[in-house]
Amino acid sequence: MTDTTSETPTRTTPPATERIDDVVVRFAGDSGDGMQLTGTQFTSTSAQVGNDLATLPDFPAEIRAPAGTLPGVSAFQVRIADYDIHTPGDAPDVLVAMNPAALKKSLGDLKQGGILIVNTDEFKAGNLKKAGYDSDPLESDSLTGYRVVPAGITKMTMTSLEEVDLDGRTKNRCKNFFALGMVYWLFSRPLDNSIAWLREKFAKRPEIAEANIKAMKAGYNFCDITQTFQTRYEISPAKLPAGTYRNIMGNSAVSLGLVAASRRSGLPLFLGSYPITPASDILHEVSRFKNFGVTTFQAEDEIAAVCSAIGAAFGGALAVTTTSGPGLALKSEAINLAVIVELPLVVCNIQRGGPSTGLPTKTEQSDLLQAMFGRNGESPVPVVAAASPGDAFDATLEACRIAIRYMVPVLLMSDGYIANGSEPWLLPKLEDLPDLRTEFHTSPDGFQPYRRDEKTLARPWAIPGTPGLEHRVGGLEKEHLTGNVSYDADNHQLMTDLRAAKVERIADDIPDVEVHGDPDAEILVLGWGSTLGSITGAVIESRKQGHKVARAHLRHINPFPKNLEETLGKFRHVLIPEMNGGQLSLLIRARYLKDVVSYSKVQGKPFYRHEISGKIAEILEGSNNVH
Amino acid sequence: MSTELPVLTKKDFQSDQEVRWCPGCGDYAILKSVQMVLPELGIPKEKFVVVSGIGCSSRFPYYMDTFGFHTIHGRAPAIATGLKAARPELEVWIATGDGDAMSIGGNHLIHILRRNVGVKILMFNNRIYGLTKGQYSPTSEVGKRTKSTPFGSLDNPFNPLSLAIGAGATFVARSVDIFQKHLQETMLRAARHEGTAFVEIYQNCNIFNDKAFTYMTDKGVRDDQSVSLEHGQPLIFGKESNRGIRLNGTELEVIELGGEHSEKDCLVWDETLDNSGMAFLLAQMTPPDFPTPIGILRDVKKPVYEDQILAQIQHEIAAKGEGTLEDLIYSGEIWKVGEDGRVQ
Repeated sequence: MTDTTSETPTRTTPPATERIDDVVVRFAGDSGDGMQLTGTQFTSTSAQVGNDLATLPDFPAEIRAPAGTLPGVSAFQVRIADYDIHTPGDAPDVLVAMNPAALKKSLGDLKQGGILIVNTDEFKAGNLKKAGYDSDPLESDSLTGYRVVPAGITKMTMTSLEEVDLDGRTKNRCKNFFALGMVYWLFSRPLDNSIAWLREKFAKRPEIAEANIKAMKAGYNFCDITQTFQTRYEISPAKLPAGTYRNIMGNSAVSLGLVAASRRSGLPLFLGSYPITPASDILHEVSRFKNFGVTTFQAEDEIAAVCSAIGAAFGGALAVTTTSGPGLALKSEAINLAVIVELPLVVCNIQRGGPSTGLPTKTEQSDLLQAMFGRNGESPVPVVAAASPGDAFDATLEACRIAIRYMVPVLLMSDGYIANGSEPWLLPKLEDLPDLRTEFHTSPDGFQPYRRDEKTLARPWAIPGTPGLEHRVGGLEKEHLTGNVSYDADNHQLMTDLRAAKVERIADDIPDVEVHGDPDAEILVLGWGSTLGSITGAVIESRKQGHKVARAHLRHINPFPKNLEETLGKFRHVLIPEMNGGQLSLLIRARYLKDVVSYSKVQGKPFYRHEISGKIAEILEGSNNVH
Repeated sequence: MSTELPVLTKKDFQSDQEVRWCPGCGDYAILKSVQMVLPELGIPKEKFVVVSGIGCSSRFPYYMDTFGFHTIHGRAPAIATGLKAARPELEVWIATGDGDAMSIGGNHLIHILRRNVGVKILMFNNRIYGLTKGQYSPTSEVGKRTKSTPFGSLDNPFNPLSLAIGAGATFVARSVDIFQKHLQETMLRAARHEGTAFVEIYQNCNIFNDKAFTYMTDKGVRDDQSVSLEHGQPLIFGKESNRGIRLNGTELEVIELGGEHSEKDCLVWDETLDNSGMAFLLAQMTPPDFPTPIGILRDVKKPVYEDQILAQIQHEIAAKGEGTLEDLIYSGEIWKVGEDGRVQ
């Protein structure tokens, strides 16, 4: 690191290095400032160093909201630690604010005494006004209580690139890497990972890669040489279970899960999809895997996307469609077609804030009841939920397994937080992946399209092209066994019951729900989906505070695990935190007549750990008062 | 190895299900035509799949002893696209109606046409909603009085041929339920087309829109009110073959032959023109000024969707090798943690 161009005084005393176990950093800037990329790079480097981590991207729905405004702020929060962590942290310890709007939007979250790196060059009258500041906050006392690090990031970036032959706009866009360099220095991170990434990413435009590298080094050296920070920090690698890791985002994990399921089942993957936030990245990623024999189809609309998948399923493919809440609503009728024709189909629903278009880029878990019941008629479908980015891989394989084995459409639930969040993923051993092989029906002897497997109640998968198996399926009620159209009253009752029983029987084929924590606790915190991290963190915190607390997390929501009722009965209180109005609570109450405490939050962001631990304390202390 | 083609007959394509269209419905004639044509193709029966949406015409698959899928309203093209993409070797036919294809399923229809998926679309056009008992359809004439339009409909109808041509269809044809020979010939041509074949079939609904097409199907007027398109032949019609269609500037006109005009003045039909402008002009010929064109308006060769899908997969496999689970999962920026829990 010698090629600094900064004309800054040299440091006289080396900074103190302090070892910390855990830090939360938030990069915030304009949506054109590259904050998601900056955050991702910091995450990737930290993962390579061996830290445990969790991330929370937060970006606007507009591609480029008006520059400098509050709606245009894009932020990326990452927590890195030398131990096993579960959430991206409640409040940042370090905030990088690239403009006044970013400062205004994030300052309230910064911990008291936290480090605030501010790009002072952007604190000009126009930007201040756009952010709604009457006066410059850097010159007021509103920042007392924080360790403010003012840095002219824009100008220093430009200066560091003075001799580079690029236009001013392109140079200006390197400022996020200057900021990244500063944070790398602060947390004693190596630059090699980002250098390698830049050179690969911009292989065709090496001048861009080199400019960014130069800016990053300038930011690093700026901290190294000046006395910008009195202290720099080190975070040791976390002690993680032995094995091979990669950092993974939830949407990538679903993509890999789908392709892996194709390999493990021997069925070609067909993905029919229509672009929708936050699910589109699955379509993007799976599209790259054509050399795995994958077909991806960007349909004309959500309905065509699911219908194309149903057509492919009829033809014998592992058929999948991906969407988010509004798209799931459009797919309802077609999912019901898959219910009645009993074909395997995996519907991945990456939830976002609703109703209607709602909050496309924010997370929520409010499609659970839509997944369960959002179709006409008696329409049972299995529902499987992913709990974290890495877990989304396993959940995807499980959804595929159920679809194939039971000849049924399956709803796989993820959400924006899982989709765009990332964590180190302990890669599975290939031989441990589930065996999803299935057999198409081939024998014409006594073939009946709705003759069921005695155990699973699945009907045979008899694909076109098989001699002697010509038959018709469709959305009209099917006659038991023959599959012919039937309007018979008793037959409709029978078929309705059979479709329900088929889904219920899956309960025999899924693991029991596990209870973690204190088995003799008074309270069980029950969750599903992406609340896993917050709940786990909160339960650890509550137990540290001396409470006896247990937790359980549901992978399967339809059917529920067989031991769930018994498990719930063991606890005086059951607390269900959900990023919706209490949808799992409604299901649990209806099914088991258990009066649970619903803790609802719909603010477009995950639960903070302390919110849940606070609720636990409130319930336990409340009930102690009653005693 | 035997290369013997299966010898199939009409009977082989009749299912054991009782046909439940109204007596006298034009659908019977269309069903019969399909059952006559499919055996002629020399393709094993199990390769055929008939996909339909919702409506009277969409009950079609139940009566065919092939694989069949009676899907949901308007979505047959989307389902057929997925099926054909997954299984290009199958012969996929769609049975649909004017409401199913042009109203609720309009979006899917235009997109299957522009993609040129290798399926055959038979669109039964009776200009009415039959199964829901008589509302006007997207092909009903303006002013149509139906249960839902007691004072006459206001909507301009779609011209299915124009719509298909506009959407980039590579095969566009029209026939009529009762013109059995013409219908079967047209279907045969559709069957042999590579890519999407769109066939509009005028079909009489004798319950809710009876005699909708008699203006051009009745024996007495048929020759004067319709013109049969024959590739390479001049457009001549009339009982005495005494009238023709001429291109005058940018417009078509009817000319009387024998006086100042002769056969040489008539437009010689070319269904293979890459530019679809002429086919579009022809599709616009409507009564009372023009005879109704029947036959093949367009038959051109373009890349077929499922072939391209397959080619892309094969290209990627050739370039990168067939993907393995190991490539899939153990890729990207990976690192190892040892038994001591530390990064190695």
